[in-house]
Amino acid sequence: MTAEVIQDKLKVIVQPYVNHQENFDNLTSKSDFINDLQINSANLVDVVLDVEDEFDIRIENDDMEKMISVEATVNVIQKKLETK
Amino acid sequence: MKTQRVVITGLGVVASNAVGVSPFTEAIKSGKSGIQFHSNLKDLQFSCQIGGIPEISQELMDTYFTALEQRGLLATGLIYGGIAGQEAWADAGLDITEEVDPDSGIIFGTGVLGVDKLREAFYRIDQKQVRRLGSTSVLQTMASGISAFLGGKLGCGNQVTTNSSACTTGTEALLMGYDRISSGKAKRMLVGSCSDSGPYVWGGFDALRILPHQYNERPEEASKPMSESAAGFVPSSGSGSMVIESLESALERGVPIYAEVLGGCINSGGQREQGSMTAPNSSAVKSCISKALVEAGVNSEDIDLINAHLTATAMDATEVQNWSLALQKSGKNFPYINSLKSHVGHALAAAGSLELVSSILELSQGFIFPNLNCDTIHPDILEIVDEEKIPRTLLKKNLTIIAKASFGFGDVNACVILKKYSDGDKSA
Repeated sequence: MTAEVIQDKLKVIVQPYVNHQENFDNLTSKSDFINDLQINSANLVDVVLDVEDEFDIRIENDDMEKMISVEATVNVIQKKLETK
Repeated sequence: MKTQRVVITGLGVVASNAVGVSPFTEAIKSGKSGIQFHSNLKDLQFSCQIGGIPEISQELMDTYFTALEQRGLLATGLIYGGIAGQEAWADAGLDITEEVDPDSGIIFGTGVLGVDKLREAFYRIDQKQVRRLGSTSVLQTMASGISAFLGGKLGCGNQVTTNSSACTTGTEALLMGYDRISSGKAKRMLVGSCSDSGPYVWGGFDALRILPHQYNERPEEASKPMSESAAGFVPSSGSGSMVIESLESALERGVPIYAEVLGGCINSGGQREQGSMTAPNSSAVKSCISKALVEAGVNSEDIDLINAHLTATAMDATEVQNWSLALQKSGKNFPYINSLKSHVGHALAAAGSLELVSSILELSQGFIFPNLNCDTIHPDILEIVDEEKIPRTLLKKNLTIIAKASFGFGDVNACVILKKYSDGDKSA
């Protein structure tokens, strides 16, 4: 799966948790979940669970800690998909 | 020391017979029952397969909860309380702003919150899936989840807490809020209570064999406070909510006032004498009522109506006897008396707040809602109270003072005195 496809899927996943619509509309790979999209930090665990369901992968705590931006999250997902 | 008069300026209600203040007013006037048969209770082999569950439309959910808040939301008490609390806030003419309001607080009680969410969590944990509980497991199952939710929605910056005293909870919440305002520590308090619905809340009561099992085919006839054939309380759920504030604050804001809270009393029978975990000590009940009158500065002659706790058990006659002894009134001199439980069943932790909302509507609009399912009044009660004081049809009646009491497991009592507010009486 290409990074672009993953990012598009990720955009759909994070939408319900976003509290900054403009930054969401202009989402890029550099977008930060908490600072730019203003996702409540407690909801990051929900993003991770939704990612697991969407891509049928399992994300461990170490990887979860890295998933704070679109780019980092896409990277984690891509690696997991490669080793599936 | 008491410095501030306290008035009620907002109401919210989620009941099994109606949701929202206007529909609820019509429902209690017309004697609409909220009790229905529930097939899941039958499937689970409950003795009592009936109960009161408010009907919440998706439209209502979308009004009071964001799409995100609705995700994985299983705590029914949080849904009922979330709606009733926000309805009361809007009804009081209060806005929701970006600023925190240090003068407004919340005391919103519950018995147990989010049992269905807890059940989901227990299963996940036992399946070694704790990591998949998601972010809202704690928020939906901590007792104070309801006050925390409302506190964030409304931006309250004063005390925000949850009280819990079984079936006394709602009435206790009002009196705790009243204390906070009358002592000058807050200007406004959102008070109320909520209770989850369903088998995981009601099962323990079914096991105690205190729910009626004879009415599964006739659910609307099951809740019979004061009736000769009262067979146990009908389990229910929902939420009642009130905005109370200092008279000064209400006049300053220029909002309509439903009624005044004159005062009340909270006590416990200590599970001594006849008192136990599940039964009240009558001395303490009488003392609670008497002290409420003293606190409120009224005499027993002044009480026009008692909105009683009366659950439809063998204890009903004892409760009426306690009122009679505390007020020193009987026969035709006894005040009118009614029990909302004949309409909506026993909403447990939400009972007090739902019944308070009904009392406040009776005061402000001048009516006494009918006692349902009470064609034959229990003979022990008729020995104390004249039949005409137990109305079975709607009475239009100008009321000045209502006494409302709630009693709960743990031998705890609360009694509050409410007065109709008149514009001529503005000295804050």
